[in-house]
Amino acid sequence: MLTLAIETSCDETSCGVVKDGREVLSNIISSQIEIHREYGGVVPEIASRKHIEGIDVIIQEALDAAKVGFKDIDFISVTQGPGLVGALLVGLSSAKAIAYGLEIPIVGVNHIEGHICANYIQHKDLEPPFTCLIVSGGHSYLVDVLDYNDYKLYGRTRDDAAGEAFDKVARALGLPYPGGPQIDQLALEGDADAVDFPRVFLESDSYDFSFSGLKTSVLNYLNQLKQKNEEPNVADIAASFQKAVLDVMVEKSFRLAKENKRNKIVIAGGVAANKGLRKMMEQRGKDENVDILYPSIELCTDNAAMIGSAGYYNYINGKTSDFHMKVMPNLGFLE
Amino acid sequence: MKIKLNGIEDTYKLGKKLGELVEPGDIICLNGDLGAGKTTLSKSIGLGMGVADYITSPTFAIINEYDGRLPLYHFDVYRLNNGDELFDLGVEDYFYGKGVCLIEWAENIEEFLPENRLEVWIYTLPDPYEREIELIPYGARNEFLAKELIK
Repeated sequence: MLTLAIETSCDETSCGVVKDGREVLSNIISSQIEIHREYGGVVPEIASRKHIEGIDVIIQEALDAAKVGFKDIDFISVTQGPGLVGALLVGLSSAKAIAYGLEIPIVGVNHIEGHICANYIQHKDLEPPFTCLIVSGGHSYLVDVLDYNDYKLYGRTRDDAAGEAFDKVARALGLPYPGGPQIDQLALEGDADAVDFPRVFLESDSYDFSFSGLKTSVLNYLNQLKQKNEEPNVADIAASFQKAVLDVMVEKSFRLAKENKRNKIVIAGGVAANKGLRKMMEQRGKDENVDILYPSIELCTDNAAMIGSAGYYNYINGKTSDFHMKVMPNLGFLE
Repeated sequence: MKIKLNGIEDTYKLGKKLGELVEPGDIICLNGDLGAGKTTLSKSIGLGMGVADYITSPTFAIINEYDGRLPLYHFDVYRLNNGDELFDLGVEDYFYGKGVCLIEWAENIEEFLPENRLEVWIYTLPDPYEREIELIPYGARNEFLAKELIK
């Protein structure tokens, strides 16, 4: 069964063709990172305009690369939310038009579920149940994946998303956007014990995250240096900040895996590309006999193939949408 | 009108009080540097309004909507460049709607804001826990709010 998948929630225009939820026939991603870099973040209006300019071409590219035509597509998968309203609208409108024209079903997909499903593409044998940490520029969730399409939410952020904390600290350190990869790279050269930033675990039984206070303590630290006319050691600060974030994410993920007796922890979302996170998870996994899985860099970032995979598992579970479906910029995940 | 806050507890108190005072159509503008405490103040305003959900940073989606005693529209306009972008988001429906607008980085869109609004400027001080708050009210309703807040 073939799905044409469309993802336009933020700054990537992506279309792909996925077979049976696991096999990617094509996954075309047109990134706008360069365009938004000069503004230090995604500019909504520019993002929407670039999506409109690119979407038709990218849909055709996806079909061509998969060596299929519209007639071969069984249903359309499209990101319904969360995301930027204008950006989502471009993808959803295109998806509706194609589904209407071809008289085939359409499946609205939650972007967060897409990130989880990226792992089904990467790891052909991966099956639920498992513990999943989803961390990206806009989201942070800790969930137990009971089955395809069946999740239990344990933790989410109470303020900033993990990736957002990286972006904001990077901005304060004078590093270019997006901040995550920059901090990750610098952290390799820095001393992670140089500055003792707080680890925010919240209540002892909580699986929630809070990164805003950590961001503020990095800013306070930088201000204090400035008052003393001292130059900050950017690599040390990056390494210390990153360790403070990762310590909490790793600890909570392993605690949840233990609570639910899971022997697999799956990482998803843009921050899953963080080398420091992967390494720390794998080391701890080795000690505690827990398998650590994550997608390739390409599948960590926003992409249509993951939406196609999530769309497939929704479709076979009877969850299709209708043409009244609207974009949902504030769509939560299991909240 | 200025208020000194001696720690995060004071921020919570101030925000909660404001959250209890707001009425439909009120527009609260929050300005201050990264890490000054805009989202912390927003959270406490939400608490005062009886919003049960976590008030998370609106940076990603630009507008987050919540249901409390009144609807709460929480904006982060840091990444908006011009008025067109603002109107594309349908802000007029929010500004002149039945809820309360809370706008972080409001200074970025100053010329497009409704005339009647309460501006809240948060300044950091040498002591990392202390903040100074400046209230600039426009219109009688907001002057009333500001006076109640400094009581």
